[in-house]
Amino acid sequence: MATQQSTSANPKVNYEYRRKKAAEEMRKHVTSFALMIFVTLIAFIMVLAGFDKTFVYPVLLALAALQVVLQLYYFMHMSHKGHGAAALFLYSGALVAFITILTFLTIVWW
Amino acid sequence: MSTVAQKQGFLAVLWDYLTTVDHKKIAILYLISGGFFFLVGGIEAMIIRIQLAVPDNNFVSAGLYNEILTMHGTTMIFLAAMPLLFAFMNAVVPLQIGARDVAFPFLNSLGFWLFFFGGIFLNLSWFLGGAPDAGWTSYASLSITSEGHGIDFYVLGLQISGAGTLIAGINFLVTIINMRAPGMTYMRMPLFTWSTFVASALILFAFPPLTVGLFLMLFDRMFGANFFDVSMGGNTIIWEHLFWIFGHPEVYILILPAFGIFSEIFATFSRKRLFGYAAMVFATVLIGFLGFMVWAHHMFTVGLGPTANAIFAVATMAIAVPTGVKIFNWMLTMWGGSIVFTTPMLYAVAFIPSFTAGGVTGVMLASAAADYQYHDTYFVVAHFHYVIVGGVVLGLLAGTHFYWPKMFGTMLNEFLGKITFWLFLIGFHATFFVQHFLGLMGMPRRIWKFLDGQGLNLFNLISTIGAVFMAVAVLVLVYNIIITQIKNVRVGNDPWGDGRTLEWAIASPPPFYNFKQLPLVRGLDPYWIEKMEGNTKMTPAEPVGDIHMPNNSFIPFVMSLGLFIAAFGAMYQVDWRASDGESFVWAIPVLIIGLLITLGSMAVRSLKDDHGYHIHKEDLLKDDEGGRE
Repeated sequence: MATQQSTSANPKVNYEYRRKKAAEEMRKHVTSFALMIFVTLIAFIMVLAGFDKTFVYPVLLALAALQVVLQLYYFMHMSHKGHGAAALFLYSGALVAFITILTFLTIVWW
Repeated sequence: MSTVAQKQGFLAVLWDYLTTVDHKKIAILYLISGGFFFLVGGIEAMIIRIQLAVPDNNFVSAGLYNEILTMHGTTMIFLAAMPLLFAFMNAVVPLQIGARDVAFPFLNSLGFWLFFFGGIFLNLSWFLGGAPDAGWTSYASLSITSEGHGIDFYVLGLQISGAGTLIAGINFLVTIINMRAPGMTYMRMPLFTWSTFVASALILFAFPPLTVGLFLMLFDRMFGANFFDVSMGGNTIIWEHLFWIFGHPEVYILILPAFGIFSEIFATFSRKRLFGYAAMVFATVLIGFLGFMVWAHHMFTVGLGPTANAIFAVATMAIAVPTGVKIFNWMLTMWGGSIVFTTPMLYAVAFIPSFTAGGVTGVMLASAAADYQYHDTYFVVAHFHYVIVGGVVLGLLAGTHFYWPKMFGTMLNEFLGKITFWLFLIGFHATFFVQHFLGLMGMPRRIWKFLDGQGLNLFNLISTIGAVFMAVAVLVLVYNIIITQIKNVRVGNDPWGDGRTLEWAIASPPPFYNFKQLPLVRGLDPYWIEKMEGNTKMTPAEPVGDIHMPNNSFIPFVMSLGLFIAAFGAMYQVDWRASDGESFVWAIPVLIIGLLITLGSMAVRSLKDDHGYHIHKEDLLKDDEGGRE
């Protein structure tokens, strides 16, 4: 992260290049923002339309997971370099939590 | 602040240690308090063995036996083995990666004091109406009906010391990710650093389930909740799951750093690069991952169903593969090496067959169908003592001898060290090997006494005699430590002569800023590389400059003390389980005062800026001219 800040602040780095990078970043932000609004709309419509619960629950959870991923990658900069360790720990933690919940659902409560 | 050490009085030294944020001094604190609790747990073990030495013995009463047995397990795992490992992690890991301290020196101190006060709180139960008595696993259906405050001490004490452990684990993760010296890539990190890294990651993921479980237990016992009370709609199995989701990774938290210590010792005293370094790293990480997917093998007989049992059985057996990779790599490290049998190396060599025996019985226990026979017998006791004593404790003893010069600047006596080794090894096998057979003969674990004429007499007596050998071995070690420190013969930076990693490149003990100039790491075993090229020192990666250091702080001590006080308030506020039905009006005020002390010291820490200080370049250069000590 430290290296990232220092390169962008480096005056030797071409101004035009940085502008182009910033524009790309902005486009990604806007795209994923639009996508997230769209996903939220789908979620609302699904519930309002009164679809079957066995269909709504898993799809809602899947959409929620998608939202988290978009948030992490496009707004919390996990797509940038130097976030490998954070990503590794995030996914390991998610895996451990998933296994725990799966076990509780399958052999404790049912 | 001068860098020149001065003669200090006892109180000044005490104050220095109470406020220190230096990882090397915190290591010594961990070593002393972990060593103290190791002796306490050892005395408890001796009482257990004396009680079981002869049939139908009445050395201790049944209730007291349950308390001693519970406290032996709890003390040894949480208050002895883990802090002793933290002692070596603190002493060695920052040096091995070429850092001047851990990432958060203040938190390092806080982690220690939380552990310390949690441990003291837990052991005060002996003097305040009885210790916990539901086994170290404290299964809920037993522990929520336990009378007196024993289980409350367990819950609150472990909650406090567990917070300390979690803080320490996070601190090491951040340190290893962010504070490696120039050139120290992940794949150049010494194995002890790697295993500390993986063990810290396990702490990060394993301690929250314990915290949750303890909180549920705390509310059940102290605030009238019913999470585990089946008659009120709770589920007692949830505690077992939460405990073992923590408990199984916990055994890897213990064994992985021991693996790391042994890896360093094998490479050093075989004077060879560690065989299969990349495979060792991969195996360590894989053990860490698999460690989270096997906890239900502690619960095969609970009735999870054949599918769940089969899945967890297979996952458990899979762990034998990376562990086997490590065993073979250690043997191949020694293969063709020019081996020196120093005390640490003796421990390392003895560790391989001892630990492997424990691993093999582990695979036996992993087959769910057979486990119905082994479950809750002395076979299980033999198994986990073979891995924990044969792995972790041998690792700790080896580490004590190996790293003593780096921590204290003196060398433990090798002759006495070897006496300790042989007494301990013989005693260990005599104690626990026969317990396999006791278990197969049907002797249940945690049993207070056994009867004559059941064929259990001889092996139990052998087991007790073995325990006496171990006790004598520990006494010899204590004597060794005392005479070594009294003689106080100082040693140089590389007293073993074959040091490979960065910690051996600087003075023993290192100056408080560790490295005057951060070293340039040019490969695995950086100090060895420099030695092979005829250099006596590491190549510096930076010019001599001012070094930024953190200030000492008394706040961690006060913060932990506040929780310690609050725990008494929480425990006595509702006394409806106490047999005499006493109630204490002071309890709630004490709870509030304790929490205010903790929150107040947190506020002071947050609001008052502490920027630390700089050691100036001139003072550093003066040190070079022999100004120090």
